[in-house]
Amino acid sequence: MLAQQLLNGFVVGGVYALFALGFTLVFGIQRVLNLAHGAIFMSGAFIAYYTVAAGGPLWLGLALAVIGSGLISVLVEIVCFRRLRRSGDEEFGGIISSIGASLVIMTIAQRISDTQVLRFPFETFPVIIWRFWGLRVSALQLFMLALALALVVVLGWFIYRTAFGRQVRAVTQNERAAMLMGINPVRIHMQTFFLSGALAGAAGVLVGLAFSSIRYTMGEPFLMYGFVIIILGGLGSIPGALLASFLFGMGQTMLTAYMPSAISGLNEAFIFAALFLLLLFRPHGLMGREAAGALRGRR
Amino acid sequence: MLAVEALALRYAGIRALRGVSLSVAEGETVALIGPNGAGKSSLLNAISGIVRPAAGRIRFDGRDITALPPWEIARMGLIQVPEGRQVFAEMTVLENLLTGRTALAGRAEIFSLDDVFAMFPILRERAGQLAGSLSGGQQQMLAIARGLMGAPRLLLLDEPSLGLAPLIVAQVFRALAGLKARGLTILLVEQNARQALAASDRALVLEQGRIVHHGPSAELARDPDVIAHYLGQGDTGAMTQQGGG
Ligand SMILES: Nc1ncnc2c1ncn2[C@@H]1O[C@H](COP(=O)(O)OP(=O)(O)OP(=O)(O)O)[C@@H](O)[C@H]1O
Ligand SMILES: [Mg+2]
Repeated sequence: MLAQQLLNGFVVGGVYALFALGFTLVFGIQRVLNLAHGAIFMSGAFIAYYTVAAGGPLWLGLALAVIGSGLISVLVEIVCFRRLRRSGDEEFGGIISSIGASLVIMTIAQRISDTQVLRFPFETFPVIIWRFWGLRVSALQLFMLALALALVVVLGWFIYRTAFGRQVRAVTQNERAAMLMGINPVRIHMQTFFLSGALAGAAGVLVGLAFSSIRYTMGEPFLMYGFVIIILGGLGSIPGALLASFLFGMGQTMLTAYMPSAISGLNEAFIFAALFLLLLFRPHGLMGREAAGALRGRR
Repeated sequence: MLAVEALALRYAGIRALRGVSLSVAEGETVALIGPNGAGKSSLLNAISGIVRPAAGRIRFDGRDITALPPWEIARMGLIQVPEGRQVFAEMTVLENLLTGRTALAGRAEIFSLDDVFAMFPILRERAGQLAGSLSGGQQQMLAIARGLMGAPRLLLLDEPSLGLAPLIVAQVFRALAGLKARGLTILLVEQNARQALAASDRALVLEQGRIVHHGPSAELARDPDVIAHYLGQGDTGAMTQQGGG
């Protein structure tokens, strides 16, 4: 039973990782919270759903969701952050403008879906269940985990092993020096937002498949979880966000499984209390550094 | 190669540059000296496109670059090594150097990784270490090496000796002499006037946003006014001019 819950939690953690890594990436590079990230995640689920509903195969829905969410994210960057960055007012202004973008995206989704809860048709993803060592694993769970891990590995490779990744980190740490090295930060910001949105879109599709409830508000709890995860992991830390995603996914699954149902409404309260306690002892999160702001360097 | 004409620059009321003109020819090393706040960094930043001048024109190889963004200027081979090193602290030494190659943008490299390692052997030893963990002198060497990786045709150096111990300063200036010997064109900003004059062909003195002296370095080193203000009490002579901006 415990092993089963841990496994379930691990799968959920993988999805959280997709969501939170994109969130972290943008925070790391811009020192700005993109509060439209939840809405972008939701748009991924919507794009995949409507592709399937129109008769398209699931893989096509997934591909369109990844690309579409990436593009919506780029649009958010251009509309919400670019001008503010130029005027040097992105920290607070960006919070407000991205809330605005979030509302716009959600309202459009609400209109399109007529405020209904959408579900992928039965067997959109083949229902296959394997049992071994007393554990129960569905093909969907394996697919979710494989996709999440594959995307995380690809992202890690991009950021830590390619010239593009070095440029992203250079802009994050010292934008002015990066420009002097011939790096165009405007382009780096756009590419980063694309990656961030694409990962969120993939997470949205997986969540839509797993919990079969696609709603225009589905991004909101995820935005909250995203906060918990990037603070738990340490602001701007990619490895930290990864670790925190899995811890959070497993912790949440455990609570749901073992808490008496009478107080199950308090699960989130427990999670936030635990976060609060942890921050008392580790104010910079699990893998954060002294001053996250210093990562960026002077302008 | 570089021609700056009547450049003016202001920050919210402060007039940092008031009509500066200068030129740098291919193969030359030109020193720009002056006290704190004279506008030396402002001039380099205007050339690099980091700040926009209020008036004047900057040409590089005959092309007007006054309105180009900094990354395009760097990609043409006009590369600045900024004041205070500004290395990417959370990246390794090697990653810093590789990032410097972004400025190549299809141009052929002039200095290979082996070249800069031969120039600064400590960087080879520390290649895998985070740049932020290096000493100030090592960071300065890294900053110069990172600039060289981008195949500079004109290298702008902003106070490479700032805050370094005399022994390290000597090492940095030896490296600059080596670069000059290889034919690199350099515009060197320094407060360390004695060393800068010794290392350059020509020199300019900037005070309160204006060029007040210019000429061959050897001549300026004999100019009574320059001696009084910049060479008088050894290398810290410029400090007497503090707050002149
Ligand atoms: N970003 C800025 N905003 C406002 N004023 C500035 C800014 N940068 C420089 N200044 C002002 O412009 C003037 C010239 O500064 P600048 O940094 O170019 O001088 P500098 O010759 O490089 O001095 P130092 O030797 O201290 O590096 C100074 O009065 C300075 O206070
Ligand atoms: Mg300066």
